[in-house]
Amino acid sequence: MNDDPLTATFDGYLRADGRRGVRNWLVVAYTVYCADHVARRIAEPFRLKGVQLIGFDQCYPSDYGHNLMETLLTHPNVGAVLLVSLGCEEFRRADLLTALMTSGREVRSIVIQETGGTEKSIKAGQAVISELLPRLETTTRAPMTAADIVIGLECGGSDALSGITANPAVGLFTDRLIDAGGTAIIEETNELFGCETHLAARARTPEIGEAVLGTIKKAMDYHRRLGHASFGGGNITGGLSTIEEKSAGAYAKCGTRPLDGILIPGRQPSGTGLYLLDTVYDSDLRHGIPNIHDPHGVTAMAACGCHLIVFTTGRGSVVGQAVSPVIKVASNSAMYRRLAGDMDVNAGIAVETPDGLQAAADEIARIVARAAAGGQTRSEALGHMESYISDGYFKPGPGGCRSPAESDETPTLQH
Amino acid sequence: MDAIVLNPKDNVAVVLREVAPCESLQIGDGDVTALDRIPYGHKIARHDIPVDGLILKYGMPVGRAKSDIPRGGHVHMHNVVSVYMDNVQEHYE
Repeated sequence: MNDDPLTATFDGYLRADGRRGVRNWLVVAYTVYCADHVARRIAEPFRLKGVQLIGFDQCYPSDYGHNLMETLLTHPNVGAVLLVSLGCEEFRRADLLTALMTSGREVRSIVIQETGGTEKSIKAGQAVISELLPRLETTTRAPMTAADIVIGLECGGSDALSGITANPAVGLFTDRLIDAGGTAIIEETNELFGCETHLAARARTPEIGEAVLGTIKKAMDYHRRLGHASFGGGNITGGLSTIEEKSAGAYAKCGTRPLDGILIPGRQPSGTGLYLLDTVYDSDLRHGIPNIHDPHGVTAMAACGCHLIVFTTGRGSVVGQAVSPVIKVASNSAMYRRLAGDMDVNAGIAVETPDGLQAAADEIARIVARAAAGGQTRSEALGHMESYISDGYFKPGPGGCRSPAESDETPTLQH
Repeated sequence: MDAIVLNPKDNVAVVLREVAPCESLQIGDGDVTALDRIPYGHKIARHDIPVDGLILKYGMPVGRAKSDIPRGGHVHMHNVVSVYMDNVQEHYE
């Protein structure tokens, strides 16, 4: 196709580490929930003016939470950071500030207890933003193509058409993105039950294939201990009967190209191609339900460097992400019309016109290219900036892909 | 189009509108008479599926029959069990 939007060149933002972003956010980040109100009030007047908000809620030490804060705040879409702390929380604020300064970004810090409380901190924070925002206008631009971008793939509120229209359309797009030299990340290992053998067979190396089986087996064991899978009332009303039926539909998002590696939250892909992000903890149940909602998994993908998220929905999700803008793909025309203000693409046409699936994939490619070049997505324009960092634990694996989880028992269907 | 068959191997089809009992549907190259009310997006059996038989959709097993499911029957929670895991808690919506 001559007018393939994925062949276009656009201007990104060049970072000191050589990475390129598609946004130039100033991010206000709180280091404990006790600082949420002040951080939110600081950011409020600058909503939709280039300022986003993220934070880590808990007061207890968390290497995982710290790592996600650091990877999100050094994301290529982020140009400057204002850290807002209460003062007494167990967050290694000095370490984070050092890492952010080392990354070459403009960084400021406000500690509420030292600044004199709520009002003084809000005033001081807003003064910092007024100072930093104009400076971001001089950020060096650099050309980018589809080969430079990383896209996260997510589904939320799946219905029976998600696996027939939206996810297969995203799958066609994903193949095109990877063929253009780009990178895609899927997560939701707890929604791949039944697909593990197929995905393992697509792995670039036997080691990655083994790691796929181990990762999905770990997710199954974890969810069996929890007593439930990632499968709920909305899925059932929508016509899905089992977790493996939901999984088969979700799996269609990742197209047909080889799988290049497995990531853990916060780890950047070692190359281009397709990656699986493991979001189920390497621990007993002490960290609770993994992937407690879509923004949780989407935030983990953002921390792996995704510039944008392509998010399919059947029942109608409206969420965004603070660092990586979200593009919504509707699985059916009725919901698309009902939530028209939130949806970027209608993949419902896939069952309405003979070449509808291809047309939906073309539209996804066009909207992704437009968003990468700076065009606002619907959720972005609506001011959505969901971000959720939990506590958790992941064993670091070697190289760009993980070692298999402890159990080497190969999961298979018990026919 | 009344219903979609995602893979020729499938023993179920997905209905693209709500179907009433006794309605005749054109599914693939044959007619199937619905035995139950089948909501939009839900599955209808294309063939008789025996108890413990695999439910095939996308050409993949997506569950196992809890009871004999006749051709034209609604295929859902009441007659399908996951091979992997069923949620033990109540579902709400």
